[in-house]
Amino acid sequence: MTLTATGVRAERPTTTRRRGGGYAGYAFLAPVLLYVVVFFGYPLVANLVMSAQDYTVRSFYTGEAPFVGFANYAAVLANPLFTTAVLNTVLFTVGSIAFQFGIGLALAVFFSGRFLGSATLRSLLLLPWLLPLVVSGAVWRWMFDQDHGVLNAVLRLVDAPVPWLTSTEWALPAVVITNIWIGIPFNLVVLHGGLKAIPPTLYEAAELDGASGWQRFRFVTWPLLRPVTGIVLMLGLVYTIKVFDVIMVVTGGGPANATQTLTTWSYALSFRDFAFGQGAAVGNLLILVATAFGLLYLRSLRATLAEAAS
Amino acid sequence: MRHARTVAGVLIVAVLLFPLYWMVNASLQPSGALLKPSPDWFPVAGTLDGYRKALSTQGGHLLSSVLIALGTVVVSLAIAAPASYALAQLKVRGGTSIVFALLIVQMIPGIVMANSLYTVFGNLGLIDSYLGLVLADSTATIPFAVLLLRAFMVSIPRELSEASRVDGAGHWRTFFSIIVPVSRNAMVTAGLFSFLFAWADFLFAVTLTTGQAFQPITVGIYRFVGNQSADWNGVMATAVLASVPAAVLLVIAQRFVVAGLTSGAVKD
Repeated sequence: MTLTATGVRAERPTTTRRRGGGYAGYAFLAPVLLYVVVFFGYPLVANLVMSAQDYTVRSFYTGEAPFVGFANYAAVLANPLFTTAVLNTVLFTVGSIAFQFGIGLALAVFFSGRFLGSATLRSLLLLPWLLPLVVSGAVWRWMFDQDHGVLNAVLRLVDAPVPWLTSTEWALPAVVITNIWIGIPFNLVVLHGGLKAIPPTLYEAAELDGASGWQRFRFVTWPLLRPVTGIVLMLGLVYTIKVFDVIMVVTGGGPANATQTLTTWSYALSFRDFAFGQGAAVGNLLILVATAFGLLYLRSLRATLAEAAS
Repeated sequence: MRHARTVAGVLIVAVLLFPLYWMVNASLQPSGALLKPSPDWFPVAGTLDGYRKALSTQGGHLLSSVLIALGTVVVSLAIAAPASYALAQLKVRGGTSIVFALLIVQMIPGIVMANSLYTVFGNLGLIDSYLGLVLADSTATIPFAVLLLRAFMVSIPRELSEASRVDGAGHWRTFFSIIVPVSRNAMVTAGLFSFLFAWADFLFAVTLTTGQAFQPITVGIYRFVGNQSADWNGVMATAVLASVPAAVLLVIAQRFVVAGLTSGAVKD
């Protein structure tokens, strides 16, 4: 589960604005400011410094880590695994989001109609999203099992079984399938919220004009849902790029690095090869990508944010 | 047919929740039965052996996770609630920048945080410590809680706290006697999600503990699965036990769950 809040909602316009806080305000803020400095500021600077050092396991004991400039970055970029990891990250992210969003949207439209039990069924679908990712990963790993997994048991009835987790060809689709399953509830709930905000009178008008079901979706739902769509896709992107648990449990990045993404590679460099400098370098590249998308997302929120905080 | 959509809806839910059924099914079957060429679709020869194994080997890990999750709830709310009050009601200078900073830090990939915290914690002796994991998990839950609580507290009429101030209550008194009780629902949502996050955390758990002192349940499952001859009956029973908090919360606190989930994206 990943937590992200925008904290931006339609806010009550207040007429009385006074600087009533003064110093008291800072007393209330002191703990969070201290926390941010110690647990975000300091580690991130340390990470940046570490990426310019030859930081190994020995450095922890001796405290010595020679400065090497951009050598870690050069080593990472020259590593043939870099291309693999970037490609896997892109495939994993695009594959996950395309299907999560498509299925989530279809289900949101389906469950937005009022019928017996629609609310209950919709809330049941939240369950996969609330489970620890390690649990979901373990369940799918069991289902993907080549000899005893349920997926191959079904496939054997119609065709040949698939070596899901042992072949370099199928491992990536397997983790993508797992991640799609995990991401559907989030897309469903948020898009459902967006659908509910569309005034029903628009659908009635479209129906009077003789619009078919598809036309109503294409010309009413889709354009009016666009702001929500943008937010869902952007958040999905920021989440998916940093997925770690699912890949680690289902494949561990293997076989033969077939499912190694930038995130798991950064982990492997730091915590398996103990090349902390290189792990930090990959991490910093990942920050660059994530914040680029993050800023794009925040830009779409900026208008509301400025309004809220004025 | 009048209920055609309901039937279709039930089918969709059944397909999407099948993996969960399959987890429960495997958790109730003897290990040998799971290795048959064609699977048993129902746990007819049911056994609780898996749960016995799960509790004896993973029970301690479950307890560790409970402690870490509760600690994270306490730390997150204690730090986030006063900050949200200041940001929402006191109009401090630079408040916008703080909100913006919290939005940004949520985008930082967890692996980067783990990598950085590992070196810092190494120096502070916080590797393999409950306190260390609570503080690390809070890097995800504090920004979330502040943004969620602040969004709620902005909607509390300022007259309420002003009236309390006129009556002679100080800022802290106003905060504890007015703001906290009024924001109870938002606090429950923030606390709930902090609990679920810390309970489910794997990244910090696997990087900031060595397994020598204690293991959170997520790491327990990971090592359990990683065994070449994985005992799927025991693994799935553990997985079921690790899912219990999420399932319970979905049942008893559904409206808070939906409130927290949609706070991430939908503006009303």
